[in-house]
Amino acid sequence: MALLNRRLGLSFTHLSSTVIQRHFSITGACRAIQKLTRVRVVDNSALGNTPYHRPPKCIHVYNKTGVGKVGDKILLAIKGEKKKALIVGHKMPGPTMTPRFDSNNVVLIEDNGNPVGTRIKTPIPYILRQKGEFSKVFAIARNFV
Amino acid sequence: FSLSGCRISGDGKPAKFQPPPKPVIVDKQKQREQRRFLSPEFIPPRGRTDPLKFYMERKDMIQRRKVFNIPEFYVGSILAVTTADPHANEKTSRFVGICIQRGGKGLGATFVLRNVIEGQGVEICYELYSPRIQAIEVLKLEKRLDDNLMYLRDALPEYSTFDVNMKPVSHLDYEEIPVNKLRVRMKPKPWSKRWERPKYNIKGIKFDLPEEKMKEAQKWSQPWLEFDMLREYDTSKIEEKIWKEVSEELNK
Repeated sequence: MALLNRRLGLSFTHLSSTVIQRHFSITGACRAIQKLTRVRVVDNSALGNTPYHRPPKCIHVYNKTGVGKVGDKILLAIKGEKKKALIVGHKMPGPTMTPRFDSNNVVLIEDNGNPVGTRIKTPIPYILRQKGEFSKVFAIARNFV
Repeated sequence: FSLSGCRISGDGKPAKFQPPPKPVIVDKQKQREQRRFLSPEFIPPRGRTDPLKFYMERKDMIQRRKVFNIPEFYVGSILAVTTADPHANEKTSRFVGICIQRGGKGLGATFVLRNVIEGQGVEICYELYSPRIQAIEVLKLEKRLDDNLMYLRDALPEYSTFDVNMKPVSHLDYEEIPVNKLRVRMKPKPWSKRWERPKYNIKGIKFDLPEEKMKEAQKWSQPWLEFDMLREYDTSKIEEKIWKEVSEELNK
């Protein structure tokens, strides 16, 4: 290609500027949590806060539909390990009067429902009390919305 | 002792007595009457529905307003809303935030409040006429340069943080609503929407984009839209009628 350039004495830069730029249209994000969504761990557990070169991702949602909303349990892949987690907030708008967060928040949990961390600084929606038995998660939460 | 004798004019003769200027009396009562605010959800949308439906909805809305005070507020004012929540500690929950959008017409009118708490941005969409709302307090009444502040999601978080315990800023009845001409700085791109495009017509952002990007954004402008006569919806007469109706009912 470079040889051709020199032989013809042209540069192909002017041609590249006239190349039609293809704007890819990507379908809008689901915004609730499903497989392969990157999530943000909000408690102060060591597993959630130590930096790793890959963000924690959801690999399974324990739900009839594969879409996780607030109060659903999911399986997370963090630092090469599998860990269960509880969704405490997502970017998708829910029913009116419920808060919508700017990031998909998740709290790490054991199999029996005990939280791994000891403190949750980010606000937790009140609606979570209605869904399932998460009294231990509320005990460590500081702010409620 | 008066200084009139000491006053010397240019001619050298004693100056003529100038009476002091008459004080301008501004009738605050009249100003208050002239400024009328009709909540935007009263204005019926354009369509072929029977006006009876909107009349019945308005009656219900007025009935609710008689029982519960819904104050005047605009997009950009800071509100504090207390709602009844069965899962909350004291059964009530209070949320403070800036109103970024007012949508819906009639009884389904909503407004979205946004605030950043502990570094986490939270938005709650409240229904104005919901019986779960116990109190709406306007902490700061002001307008912004735009009708829709959705771009605050992509702006730096300092523009959406408001103190939860802030004291209400007093606003006198007859004064005009102050317009906050704040121009917001954005986070680096990508944004959730391309706010630089003329479709959103946003005046409240300080774009730091290069000139070529701004010119490229203008490619999507549709200058014929403002002259499109089929899209016109003149609400002035409808507003007058509805304002008379609503104010009569509320003052009864």
